[in-house]
Amino acid sequence: MTEHVAVPPVTAERPRRQGNVARRVRRGTVGLLWALAGIALTILMWELVKWLGSAISLPFNTSDTAMPHVWTMAGGFTQPEVRGSDTTVFQAVVAAAAYSLLIALGGFVIGVGIGLILAIVMQRFAFMERGLLPFVIASQTVPLIALAPLITGIGSRLSLGPVQWNTTYSVMFIAAYLAFFPMSVGALRGLKAPTATALELMRSYAATPRAILWKLRFPASLPYLVPAMKVSAAAAVVGTVVAEISTGVRGGIGRLIIEYARETTSQPAKVYVAVFGAIALGLVAASLVTALDVYLTRNLPKEGPA
Amino acid sequence: MGERFRAIWPPILIAVLFLAAWQLLVVVQDIKPYLLPSPSLIAGNFFSDLHLMWAAALYTGTTALLGLMFGTLLGILAALLAQRFIVINNLITPLAAGLAAVPIIALTPILNNMFNITSRTPRVLVTMIIVFFPMFVNITRGLIQVQPVQLELMRSMNANPRTVLRILRVPNAIPFFYTGLKIAAPLAVIAALVAEYFGGPQEGLGSRIASAAANTAYGRAWAYVVASILVGLLFYLVVIAVERWTTPWTGHNRST
Amino acid sequence: MTTTTTSELAVQASGVWKVFNEGQPNEVTALQDIDLTVSRGEFISLIGPSGCGKSTLLRVIADLTHATKGAIQVAGMPAAQAREEQRYGMAFQQAALFDWRTVQRNVELPLELQGWAKDKRQARAAELLEMVQLADFATHRPWELSGGMQQRVAIARSLAVDPPLLLMDEPFGALDEMTRERMQNELLRIRQETGKSIIFVTHSIPEAVYLSDRVVVMSARPGRITNIIDVNLGSRNEDTREAESFFESVTAVREALRGRGGGSVSARVGEV
Repeated sequence: MTEHVAVPPVTAERPRRQGNVARRVRRGTVGLLWALAGIALTILMWELVKWLGSAISLPFNTSDTAMPHVWTMAGGFTQPEVRGSDTTVFQAVVAAAAYSLLIALGGFVIGVGIGLILAIVMQRFAFMERGLLPFVIASQTVPLIALAPLITGIGSRLSLGPVQWNTTYSVMFIAAYLAFFPMSVGALRGLKAPTATALELMRSYAATPRAILWKLRFPASLPYLVPAMKVSAAAAVVGTVVAEISTGVRGGIGRLIIEYARETTSQPAKVYVAVFGAIALGLVAASLVTALDVYLTRNLPKEGPA
Repeated sequence: MGERFRAIWPPILIAVLFLAAWQLLVVVQDIKPYLLPSPSLIAGNFFSDLHLMWAAALYTGTTALLGLMFGTLLGILAALLAQRFIVINNLITPLAAGLAAVPIIALTPILNNMFNITSRTPRVLVTMIIVFFPMFVNITRGLIQVQPVQLELMRSMNANPRTVLRILRVPNAIPFFYTGLKIAAPLAVIAALVAEYFGGPQEGLGSRIASAAANTAYGRAWAYVVASILVGLLFYLVVIAVERWTTPWTGHNRST
Repeated sequence: MTTTTTSELAVQASGVWKVFNEGQPNEVTALQDIDLTVSRGEFISLIGPSGCGKSTLLRVIADLTHATKGAIQVAGMPAAQAREEQRYGMAFQQAALFDWRTVQRNVELPLELQGWAKDKRQARAAELLEMVQLADFATHRPWELSGGMQQRVAIARSLAVDPPLLLMDEPFGALDEMTRERMQNELLRIRQETGKSIIFVTHSIPEAVYLSDRVVVMSARPGRITNIIDVNLGSRNEDTREAESFFESVTAVREALRGRGGGSVSARVGEV
């Protein structure tokens, strides 16, 4: 029997508070070890399924083209990208993933900025909240990504003044669109987090709305902003890759996956290396935001709001 | 009545203003359809090709629904196991956290190779995997995060772990289940749609948007986009309706 | 002193120790060598500063946590058996009602777990809601009730299986003073009607004095019983709260809590 929620000894003295950072690093390490165990288990299962597929008939294709051996995938890293070229598949994937990460970062910054502005506007003006919030929420249910192929069509035919529209901007735009939602909702909740008492205290000091925003609402919203930022960053990365896939814009990991997927019959390992690149891209982005999170919340008593 | 009206008119006003501004911009600036078709052109295409819209929406909607159902079932099962066996929780939870920023949709070409690309199967599978994680994370949270005092109460009433699961943990997890579903349902539609861009049958919304755009039928492409939006909204609204209907007790603190 | 047979004792704790984190640097002795006897029908309060182990003692009696050392008898049987046979009901500071159940079905919960038939448990729950004067709210949801009403539901639930003993962990701790006094009268009335033995944990000196036959005073680090003070106020009513003898008992408990012991009211140190 497993009871995950231990009942704390009510009357016993609580242990001295550990450093927030130290505790999280330790927990992260334990999580990492378990994740590695999970990966090892996945590899084992993969080979097991392949072996099973060679013995009996399974409802899917377990041939070496569809499901290459794990060591074939490993070999794929060092293959030349195209016959006779100097760059390996691994180098090409790293370059593409780095490019996508940069676009995602741009989308993240734009999305978080717009999300914050929307939240401040909605917090300040009740009418805007009533008018905008339903759309902000609806926007998340809308597969705007459906627009992606259309955006490609715009391509070079659009220019904003002297700035020539670049399809890369379209990808960034989609990433920003996916990233803005968690931020605006989280920030709005955070800006509304101060208690009535805290607001009355500020009012008793005759504080201006701007002072209340800077001295009270922003600091109080930190426990909400940070988790929202994490979700936004994840959305920006996913949005970038999905948009690259949908628009076929060159340079990023999304397009690379599509290209390599067409070569599975000749070089089955290539597409796996690209998919691992996409996974690594997600993990790198998540680590960056987690580092930011640990830094921003180092002085908070506990992790975020319940 | 007055309360409801107060809640409804601001978004309607904003929607009308937005569409009017869009129409005006396109007409006055003479913007070409490949850049931005006018709302009236999109609406005209939508209604004249209603049967096409319906067929494509039905195809993609079915993929999304199947993926959502299987992913949800898998999420429930895994969460129950994770609640019971801490090893499973330890294995899946960091994985779920790590994969949050990973574009799982990138698995589609691999699934296309493993399963019959001319069938719906790979698309349903990738949707299922995408749905699985938010469902698993939220349901597990609901099963585990019960108030310590409620656990004490159950123990004082001599309840065994199975009874605690049935009487306390499962009902406690239901609002969490809906939180997960509200995230997963729109994701399922997006996944089903984007999975179509990797090749395979051309019946769905994603394929139709791409081919209409390629044929410079921009009005129709945008009409398909409208159909996609409607499918996404439908999924979300159905979840909300089912939630209100099945969990009357959460009325005091339900979030959107 | 007359000799009593075990079956006349609601609770008997002898030589009970509870040590948290034993052998580690943060070891805490929550209970040190506790001896306590509660007669059948008696109302006992446990009072003391935070960390004195009063809640832990209650949990040890309830078999929600195990004593490190010592023996506990509840209704003449080991604590674990008493829990399994539901010989006590428990109420906590938080009402701990289930939001997804109506008031009526919250009260039915322990009966459901005991496998009672539906019509029988409905009848019993209705009877209990009548007793706590919430019959009109049977179909409401817990969050629609005030804090005091929620606590009354929790008390009705603790009485459901008709156990001989009630264990109450600061059940009125989160209520405002007026509600609190009303609830105290209510509890005394219920006790009169049902003849239950009650162990009541509280922070409030007047509350302990008003409710109890005996007040058990505990002190912290290590958690132990320092005084047991008899309270002889006869039958209680609102006038009791302003009576001379009430204030004398309050003073006696207060001085015992300050560690001065003794006092004018008969007080015995250590054991009964």
